[in-house]
Amino acid sequence: MTVDDSDGFGAMVTPVDGVARFEPPVDSVSAPFWDGTRQRRLVLPWCTSCDRAFFFPRVFCPHCGGSAISWREASGRGEVYAVTVEHRPQNPGMAAMAPYAVALVQLDEDVRMLTNVVGADPASLRVGDRVTVAWEPLDDGRHLPLFRPDESS
Amino acid sequence: MGQRVERTLRGAAAIVGVADDVSPTGVLERHGRALEVAMVLEALDDAGLTLADVDGVCHAGSSMLFAEYLGIHPRFTDSTNTGGSSFEIHAEHAAAAIAAGLCDVVVGVYAATPRGDRNRPPDPVGRRWSPSVESMQFEMPYGLRQPMGPYALSASRHMAQYGTTSEQLAQIAVSTREWATLNPRARYREPITIDDVLASPMESTPLHRLDCCLVTDGAGAFVMTSAERARQLAKPPVYVLGAATCHDHSMISQMPDLTITPGAVCGPNAMAMAGITPGDVDVLMGYDSFTITALLHLEDLGFCAKGDGGPFAADGRLGPGGSLPMNTNGGGLSYTHPGMYGMFLIVEAVRQLRAECGPRQVDGAEVAVAHGSGMVLSCMSTLVLGTEATL
Repeated sequence: MTVDDSDGFGAMVTPVDGVARFEPPVDSVSAPFWDGTRQRRLVLPWCTSCDRAFFFPRVFCPHCGGSAISWREASGRGEVYAVTVEHRPQNPGMAAMAPYAVALVQLDEDVRMLTNVVGADPASLRVGDRVTVAWEPLDDGRHLPLFRPDESS
Repeated sequence: MGQRVERTLRGAAAIVGVADDVSPTGVLERHGRALEVAMVLEALDDAGLTLADVDGVCHAGSSMLFAEYLGIHPRFTDSTNTGGSSFEIHAEHAAAAIAAGLCDVVVGVYAATPRGDRNRPPDPVGRRWSPSVESMQFEMPYGLRQPMGPYALSASRHMAQYGTTSEQLAQIAVSTREWATLNPRARYREPITIDDVLASPMESTPLHRLDCCLVTDGAGAFVMTSAERARQLAKPPVYVLGAATCHDHSMISQMPDLTITPGAVCGPNAMAMAGITPGDVDVLMGYDSFTITALLHLEDLGFCAKGDGGPFAADGRLGPGGSLPMNTNGGGLSYTHPGMYGMFLIVEAVRQLRAECGPRQVDGAEVAVAHGSGMVLSCMSTLVLGTEATL
C-alpha cells in the first residue's frame, strides 16, 4: 500500500487492487465518528462529566454513566497493544492484502481500537511500536482508520 | 422418594426499582440501546442504586452484548428467551441466584419499538447470534480471522508482557495429546512433539494449527437433581460444590486486559464457595479452544502466578502422570470441538469423579473443576465438582 501525507488531513492509504473489505454500517450514535472520517479526522466520544474518552461510541459514558457526550478530535497517535498477522484471510476480498497485520492500537487518549497496521512488513511489527493514523477510502466518501508505524520506531 | 428437604425461594429476594416508557401515540422517540439504557438507569434511580452496584444482567437477546454496552462485568447472566414470559423467568432465575449467593443486584430490561421502526432502518438491538452493530463497524472491516484471531492477539500481548514462548504454548498441545492417546474416542491419538506444533501451518500469528482446537461434530447432555434425590439413583453422585460466572466483554477490542480473563474473578469465587484451593484440584477441565486459552486458565484460576503459565506448563505436568492432570479427555485440541465445547468439560469431569475413565483415569480423583470459556475470552464460568467424600 502507498502512503501519502501531503494534504495535512492525515496520510492516505491507497487500497490494494482487488481488495473488498466488509463495509461498516453507520448508526445514529456513531454518525459523528464516521462523519469525521470523511475529512480524515479521528474524532472520539468524550464524557464531559468524568472527562474521559470511550470507545466504541455509546449513548452514555460507560465509565461514569453520564449522558453529556461531546466529540473531540484525537491526536491520531498511539501504540501497538497486540498484533497478529493473517496469512489466510477468511474474507476472500482481503486475500490480495495477505499477509496483513491486524492490531489492537492503544490510542494516546486511552481507548483501544482494532485496526490494520500498514506501511511496513507485517512480520516486523512489535507490541509497543508507536503508530499514527492513516486513512483508506471507503466507497461512500468515508474512510477507514488504519495505522502506520512512526518513522522513529 | 425419601425425606424431602425444604427448599424455597420465598422471601429471599425483592424487587427494589422499576421503570417503564410508553406513549399515548404508540410511538417513542428513543429506541434501541438508548431506550434500554434509559430504562435501566431509571429503574436503578428508582431503587436508589447505580450501575456500579449491578452484578447481574438479564436480557432476552444477549445479556453479554448488553453488559458490554453498559461497561459492567456481571457474575450472573441470563439470556433466556421464551417470548413474552422471558422477563418473569429472568426474575425467577435472578431470585434463585440471589438466594444462592451468586449475586446481589440484578437488572432486567426490555425495549421494542415495532411502530416507530416502520419509519426507520432496522436497528439490530443485541440480537443473539448475529454480529452486533458495533462489531460490524469496529471489528469486521479489519479482517481478523475468526475464531483464532482474537486469541492470537491475546497470545501476542502475553508474549510481549511476560516472555511466553511458542514452545511453551506448544507443550500444552503436546500434553493434551498425551491424554488423547489414552482415549479411544479422541479425534487425534498420535503423539505430537513441540517441533510438530511449531511446524504446523501458521493460522494467525503466533498460533499454529496445532495450537488451535479441532472442528468436529459432537454432542452432549447432563442431568442434574437435588443431592437428596441423587443419593437414590444408581451411580455415585457428582456434587456441585461451587459455581461462579463472570463476563467483562463480548468482542476482543473491548477486553479490558488481553492477558487476564474474567476467570480471574469467577474461578476464585467458585473455589471459595466450594471451600477449596487450587492445590485440592485433582482434575482440571479447562476449555482449551487454543493453547493460549488453557495457559490463561492456569493463571486466572490460581494454579500459578499471572505471567507464569508458560514455564508452569513447560515441564509437562499437565499430561498423564503429571502433578496437574488437565483436559484428560484430550481436550478441544485433540478430542472434539464442535464450536461450543463446554459441555464436554462437564461430561469428562463427571466420568473422572465416578472413576469411569479406564486408561486415562486419574487415580483417587475427588475434586474436579470444569471451567468454561465463551466467545473470545469473554465469559468464563467455573464449576467445582466433588464426590460424596468431599461434602
